[in-house]
Amino acid sequence: MKTFLFVYLLAITGLALSLFQDNELKESMERGGEIYQDFCITCHLGTGEGVANTFPPLDGSDYLLTYREESIRGIKFGQQGELMVNGVIYNNAMPPMGLEDEEIADVMNFILNSWGNTSDEMVTVKEVESILED
Amino acid sequence: MKNSIVCLYLIVVSLNFSCAQDAENQVNVPSEVPFTAELLIDGLEIPWGMAFLPDGSMLVTEKSGELIHFKDGKKTEIGNVPKVYQRGQGGLLDIEPHPSYEDNGWLYITYSSEEGGDKGGNTALIRAKLTNNALTDIELLYKAVPNTTKGQHFGSRIVFDDEGYLYFSVGDRGNRDVNPQDIKRDGGKIYRLKDDGSIPSDNPFVNNSGAKTAVFSYGHRNPQGLVKHPETGQIWDNEHGPKGGDEINMVQKGANYGWPVITYGINYSGTPITDKTEMEGMEQPVHYWVPSIGPSGMAFVSTDNYGSWKGSILVGSLAFQYLERLELNGNKVVNREKLMPDIGRVRDVKQGPDGLIYVSVEGKGIYKLVPKGS
Repeated sequence: MKTFLFVYLLAITGLALSLFQDNELKESMERGGEIYQDFCITCHLGTGEGVANTFPPLDGSDYLLTYREESIRGIKFGQQGELMVNGVIYNNAMPPMGLEDEEIADVMNFILNSWGNTSDEMVTVKEVESILED
Repeated sequence: MKNSIVCLYLIVVSLNFSCAQDAENQVNVPSEVPFTAELLIDGLEIPWGMAFLPDGSMLVTEKSGELIHFKDGKKTEIGNVPKVYQRGQGGLLDIEPHPSYEDNGWLYITYSSEEGGDKGGNTALIRAKLTNNALTDIELLYKAVPNTTKGQHFGSRIVFDDEGYLYFSVGDRGNRDVNPQDIKRDGGKIYRLKDDGSIPSDNPFVNNSGAKTAVFSYGHRNPQGLVKHPETGQIWDNEHGPKGGDEINMVQKGANYGWPVITYGINYSGTPITDKTEMEGMEQPVHYWVPSIGPSGMAFVSTDNYGSWKGSILVGSLAFQYLERLELNGNKVVNREKLMPDIGRVRDVKQGPDGLIYVSVEGKGIYKLVPKGS
C-alpha cells in the first residue's frame, strides 16, 4: 500500500509537471508567433521557408536546430557575414531587432517547434539572458 | 471533331504565350550593361539613405543610428544624432538636403523615435545643420503617433518637389486595418509639409475636422522609395506589398492608394487579404510586382550617361538582391531589367548631382556606376 501511494504520487507529480511545461511552452509559442508575424515573417516568410540565397530558411534549418546558442545570439545582437544553412552559404546582415529577452525566448520557442521543427528543450528567459555578445 | 481539337490546342497554346509574354512581371537579364560598378564606400552595415552635398561629399545613414560623412575618401562619424528606437525595421532612415542647402544648410532626416510618453516608437522627421562634424540646430518637424512596439513599416523616404514642399512617408506601422484608410490617424500616409514643418494651406485635408492635416495621400502600406520625376515634377513612390503586390504609384493630392482594401498581394500565410484589386475612388498602381521584389530606394535616370536609360526608373530589390531598371513608355512599364545580379540587398539608389548613379547595398557599401567608355 505504501509503495502504491508513493508510485501514485510520483506519477501524478510527474504528469502535472510535464503538463505544466507543455502549457508553458504552448503559451510561449503563442506569444512567439505574434513576434514572428511582426519581426521575422517579412524575410523568413509564412512557413519559415525563407528566400533562396537571400534569407535562410528556418523550417528544417540545420543551423537553427544545431547551433541553438548562436541562433539566440543572432536574434539578440544581430548578425552579419557568411552563414551556412543546409549547405547553402548566405552572406547578409540581420540587424538586431530590439527584442526583449522574454520576446526572444518566445520567438525561439515558436520557430523551434513550428512547421517541421521540434525541440526537446524549451528556451527560457534565463538562457537568453546568459548569452552575451561575441 | 479533329478540327475542334486543333482549334482547342491553338487556343490553349496562344493563351499560354500571351500570359508568358506579360512584360509586367517578367524581368530580363541584359547581356551587356553600360556601366562598371565601383565600390566607392566600403565597410558599411545597412546603409539606409544617402545624400550629396555641394562640396562633392556624401552623407550616409546607417540603420543602427550612425550618420557617416564621406569626404575625400574618408569616413567620419557625425555626432549628436538623435537616438533611434532600435526595434524591427526602425532605425536611422532617410536623409535629404534642402534644395537650397548651399544657402541655408538644412538637412532633413527621418528615423524611428521614442519621443512622447507611450511605450514604443514611431517615425519622426527632423531638420538640422551640420557644424564641426555634429548635428546642430535640431528641430523636430513631425512625429507620427501613437508610439507602438510593433516592428514593421516605419517608411520612410524624403523628397522635395519643384515648389519647395517636402514629402515624406510613414508606413502602416503593422496596424493595417486601422491606420492606412483613416486620415485622422498617422501611418500608411505620404505627408506634405513646408520646409519649416508648417502645413501648406492647400493640403488636401486641411478642412476635414480631426484629420491629420499634413497628410497628402493615404492607403499606403510601406513606401520606401520617393522621388520627383525630373521632367514633370510629379512625385512617384514605390512601396512594399505583403506576399506579392509591391507597387509603383504616382502620388496625387488627396488620393487613396487602397491598402488594405485593394491589393495585388496576399497574406504571408497564403490566405487572401481581400478579393479586390480595384475599387472606385482608389488608385491603381503604375506597376505592381508579383512576386514581391522588396523594393527600396528609387531614382529616375535623367542623363545620357548610360546609353538608352534616360527616363527609366531604378529600384533596389531587397528580396532578390539586385538593381532593377524599369523602362517606361509614358507612364507604362514596358520592360524590366535585372542589373547587378546577386550583389546583395539593395537598400537605396540615387542619381547624384554629377549625373551618375549611386547604389547602396547592405553588408557592402555604396557603389558608383561608372559609365563604360568614360
